[in-house]
Amino acid sequence: MHEMSIAEGIVQVLEDQAKAQCYTRVKTVWLEIGPLAMIETEALSFCFEAVTRDTLAEGAVLNIIKIKGEAFCMQCLKNVPITERYDSCVDCGSYQLQVVQGDEMRIKELEVE
Amino acid sequence: MCTVCGCSEGDVKIEGPAHEHAHPHADESEQMIVQQGDDLDFGQGPAHAHVAGMSQSRMVQIEQDILGKNDRYAGLNRARFEAQSIFALNLVSSPGSGKTTLLTETIQQIKGDRHVAVIEGDQQTANDAERIRETGVPAIQVNTGKGCHLDAHMVGHALDNLTAFQGGILFIENVGNLVCPAAFDLGEAHKVAILSVTEGEDKPLKYPDMFYAADLMVLNKTDLLPYLDFDVDKCIAYAKQVNPSIEVIQLSAKSGEGMAVWVEWLEHKRQAMIKQRIDALETEINQFKALL
Repeated sequence: MHEMSIAEGIVQVLEDQAKAQCYTRVKTVWLEIGPLAMIETEALSFCFEAVTRDTLAEGAVLNIIKIKGEAFCMQCLKNVPITERYDSCVDCGSYQLQVVQGDEMRIKELEVE
Repeated sequence: MCTVCGCSEGDVKIEGPAHEHAHPHADESEQMIVQQGDDLDFGQGPAHAHVAGMSQSRMVQIEQDILGKNDRYAGLNRARFEAQSIFALNLVSSPGSGKTTLLTETIQQIKGDRHVAVIEGDQQTANDAERIRETGVPAIQVNTGKGCHLDAHMVGHALDNLTAFQGGILFIENVGNLVCPAAFDLGEAHKVAILSVTEGEDKPLKYPDMFYAADLMVLNKTDLLPYLDFDVDKCIAYAKQVNPSIEVIQLSAKSGEGMAVWVEWLEHKRQAMIKQRIDALETEINQFKALL
């Protein structure tokens, strides 16, 4: 449900940046989203289309770059891949993991006019 | 959120008298918060800028966190808590876990020793704030309208409506929802996830983000355990699977069992926060002394 707030947050950043970067229309938005960012990307795309109506990003294409999840295993002392918070280490099975990558939720790049 | 000050679109209302904003807005003519009797309405005013005109398309690198704005407001709240030595907790759970009963029982036990205030988040009604006020402590109800979580900006406005209570404890009871509130920092010292034993022991796995974000899990309604198949050990194991450092307290706000442990946890963490602040100030003082 909070995808709507997130989509509104994106539009807000686009509008704030419009002044600083001197553009009046956004054609494409590239987002980086990790598997642990609590974002359902399909819901976000749906909300983005709804909230961009009558804004400088109306009709903009939303591209989502999926980042891989990674955690540091305290037992193996190395980074291992994860896709969920409750995953165990793929090598040793331990749950003593510290997430190092995968909760990103950022606007990376824009195509603007 | 609106383009002016981060207010959510929709029907957010905050109880309390008319007030000045503690934080500046870029353009007060686009004021988003409308006074309605004792309530504030966040849902008015322009939300979008309509922009005309076109030129050649180009690429812009911005590398900006989407929740950056909420996090900035959370930082402001945190600075206010620090300046007034307020110990703030963000209580999160699904609806019906017994958050408000836990709060009223906690308040009865600690209000003699310490100032307490509550910010209550619900989609609609001021019922919970009224229950809190019956205990004799101030409460501000925030109605999020269609919103599914409190954000740091709403909490900042609610703080404006609370009279100063230096050194006290602030409980922020979030909207009953185990999903969205996990993503929104409100400036609190700790998130506390409350799980009642009537809900099923695998909730930490079903809603891992919340139990990852929480520092403490309170297992509530333990007086009902004899009538349920709830496996306490399994539940704690699941919570630790998601968050190895999560602490767990089992209690029943109704029977009072375990409440002393919870009250002790509150005091211990509050003192830890104050000690941390003293250490930071002492370091700063020593840096100044070195300049003499």
